[in-house]
Amino acid sequence: MAAIFLGVGAATALSPSNCFDSKKFQLSTRRSLSGRKPWFLVVRSDGSVNLGSNQRSRRTQQLITNAVATKADSAASTSASKQGHELLLFEALREGLEEEMDRDPHVCVMGEDVGHYGGSYKVTKGLADKYGDLRVLDTPIAENSFTGMGIGAAMTGLRPIVEGMNMGFLLLAFNQISNNCGMLHYTSGGQFTIPIVIRGPGGVGRQLGAEHSQRLESYFQSIPGIQMVACSTPYNAKGLMKAAIRSENPVILFEHVLLYNLKERIPDEEYICNLEEAEMVRPGEHVTILTYSRMRYHVMQAAKTLVNKGYDPEVIDIRSLKPFDLYTIGNSIKKTHRVLIVEECMRTGGIGASLTAAITENFHDYLDAPIVCLSSQDVPTPYAGTLEEWTVVQPAQIVTAVEQLCQ
Amino acid sequence: MKSKVGLLSLIKQSSCTCSMNSHYNKTPLTAAPFARAFKSPDSNFRFSPSLFLARRFESIKAGKQLDSFGSSVNNQFLDFPGGRVAFTPNMRFISESSEERIPCYRVLDDDGQPFPDSSFVKVSEGVAIKMYNDMVTLQTMDTIFYEAQRQGRISFYLTTSGEEAINIASAAAIKNDDFVVPQYREPGVLLWRGFSMQEFANQCFGNKADYGKGRQMPIHYGSNKHNYFTVSSTIATQLPHAVGAAYALKMDQKDACAVTYFGDGGTSEGDFHAALNFSAVTEAPVIFICRNNGWAISTPISDQFRSDGAVVKGRAYGVRSIRVDGNDALAIYSAVHAAREMAIGEGRPILIEALTYRVGHHTTSDDSTKYRPVDEIEWWRTTQDPVTRFRKWIESNGWWNGDIESELRSSVRKQILHALQEAEKAEKPPISDLFTDVYDVSPSNLREQEHSLRETIKKHPQDYPSNVPI
Repeated sequence: MAAIFLGVGAATALSPSNCFDSKKFQLSTRRSLSGRKPWFLVVRSDGSVNLGSNQRSRRTQQLITNAVATKADSAASTSASKQGHELLLFEALREGLEEEMDRDPHVCVMGEDVGHYGGSYKVTKGLADKYGDLRVLDTPIAENSFTGMGIGAAMTGLRPIVEGMNMGFLLLAFNQISNNCGMLHYTSGGQFTIPIVIRGPGGVGRQLGAEHSQRLESYFQSIPGIQMVACSTPYNAKGLMKAAIRSENPVILFEHVLLYNLKERIPDEEYICNLEEAEMVRPGEHVTILTYSRMRYHVMQAAKTLVNKGYDPEVIDIRSLKPFDLYTIGNSIKKTHRVLIVEECMRTGGIGASLTAAITENFHDYLDAPIVCLSSQDVPTPYAGTLEEWTVVQPAQIVTAVEQLCQ
Repeated sequence: MKSKVGLLSLIKQSSCTCSMNSHYNKTPLTAAPFARAFKSPDSNFRFSPSLFLARRFESIKAGKQLDSFGSSVNNQFLDFPGGRVAFTPNMRFISESSEERIPCYRVLDDDGQPFPDSSFVKVSEGVAIKMYNDMVTLQTMDTIFYEAQRQGRISFYLTTSGEEAINIASAAAIKNDDFVVPQYREPGVLLWRGFSMQEFANQCFGNKADYGKGRQMPIHYGSNKHNYFTVSSTIATQLPHAVGAAYALKMDQKDACAVTYFGDGGTSEGDFHAALNFSAVTEAPVIFICRNNGWAISTPISDQFRSDGAVVKGRAYGVRSIRVDGNDALAIYSAVHAAREMAIGEGRPILIEALTYRVGHHTTSDDSTKYRPVDEIEWWRTTQDPVTRFRKWIESNGWWNGDIESELRSSVRKQILHALQEAEKAEKPPISDLFTDVYDVSPSNLREQEHSLRETIKKHPQDYPSNVPI
């Protein structure tokens, strides 16, 4: 069981792989009307210590304790409460969004058709009626500009969530995201922070055509100053949404078009997920399978077959695309010595390519076999259903790859 | 001593009294399908939308409407999406330009005397003296820093020569709470708000006292305590930022607006068009000030756009606009003052096109004599100098004379030279500042990279600059 402590600016014995610097505890409070934010430490069930921030100290005790704990094989249900409530992934996103908008009046949403239409995937449905047209703002079609508008609003104290109707459209916002979103905190000498969340659906859908089937995480991964996370279950969707909104850094939250209708039972209590942490989906001994977003489900399907064949794969949903959670990943590699990466990105320059490099650099000595990376081919996604299916990694390929790796 | 009782509400004088509103007043309730009300649960919502946005509509009546004014046979209007439109049997294209260019608002003539029938917002002696002081300071700072770059003391600089009035007078007309979102040729606004010579010099030298911690090139000033957004080199990306800032102010119902600056070249960027459009649709209190100085590096206006400057583009987006003589400090002051009242009071964006001339080169990396005639530059520099014109005005008021002038210039010059020297001597920021502020808290990869860099420096100290503290 993990335990949570409330500490303010506390320095503790920190392991080197923790991704924070104890000198940097003091947040700039220029834009926080509520003053200093208390920090809490999360001690995970495997004994490591992590840091998170919780701006609402009086609710700390109610945060559920295994928000970051490892889970058995089911996707995210909590042992803390058998009650909870069932909902679909897009509803979980909306719930997280609504809770944060209730909690902090600075949180606002902007994007195309997010207002009364409720968003093209209904993530913002009902919010405009509740919070008004100004706080849930419908924008004209100019992605670069409404992203820029979100950046300007963030620099003056709001916490905007910019919705891209499809992540591919954010290619138009690349200038603002790279040059301003990622950079202005740095170039202003820390004077201006940009606590913006950019989110939207991406990935290969069902015959959406090449332009609407893009994996932008691979293009954004070099931009310094931003964080990227990918959600895959209703549980982590809500948790990551809340964490992203509370983060002082710009965060890009990648959702997947085909996962919006996933149903799951999530806790009634408030919880957030750590932005920099990977999720252990299925512990195992023989091989580490790293994946994220929709490919998680293809991997789990392959895992069923593999288990029947006598293999014991460890499946990790990396969730944090920038930075990688090399701590969790490293521990897994030290145990299994074999790595398979399953992703939807293109082979060239995708998240898998970077992950391969990172693992090779850091854990080369622990590998018994070369890293295998299964990705989509370097082609635009075709429209024809059969062809589209063959550009996405399928469970059968995953099974074959594991069998080959484990020879 | 002439009395200078300035006027006031130039709004009443301006010709752009939203005649289009009268169209929509006639629209029956069920027409105009896509307009939306900006409701907020807070009933004190300050910025009430104008009439034609006041309703939310559920249906489109695409069919012919009974004309409520005439007979049912003679249908001369149709309720299209967006509102009622009258039909005409004459096929007539709207001309690409009007016969005459939009006239330019000006108060002072070349001798610094107000035109007899001019109206302007009164400026007190104190404010006028500060304005003049700051214009001279800006001019002197530009001269000295430019020379410093030529001498190799700083790496880069760009001047505001010829645009001192735009900088200072617009800054004087707004308040300290207003957010300023600059392009890069507006250090005068920061100067007005109290940024010192030393702070300017520190940024140019990128020393330890620079608020930007030495990360940016010179002239990329930024100061959150002065409500001046850090300069970003990219053109026109700041325009949507200003709309966002104005949106934040509107959400918080503050008595403040956002003010943003850009050049004629910036109006070609997509962000300009979208920002104007957004500001109109969201009814954001933002003042867009276009410094139309005739040149975008070497590109003259005729190669930049074919419209009548930037001012006519305002109407295309539903933004109230005005054209002003950018070399006339009083005209700028009055226009910005009025614009601010309208922006905040009515919740609308305003576009101000300040016509001027870029007397200096684009930057220290440019030699503008290569693409424009020297006598053109000289003419503007000597006959249209905004500082000289304003000085003539304050002198004619008895608020200034030649002695105070020389005193001011020499004291400012000394101050700036001193600031330069101090900034030059000061220590540079430490290596650790290369890695901080990328995120709020440094992640492990950055800490590793910093460690690796330090190791490398230790191994090869002769390859690293000695004046950067480790």
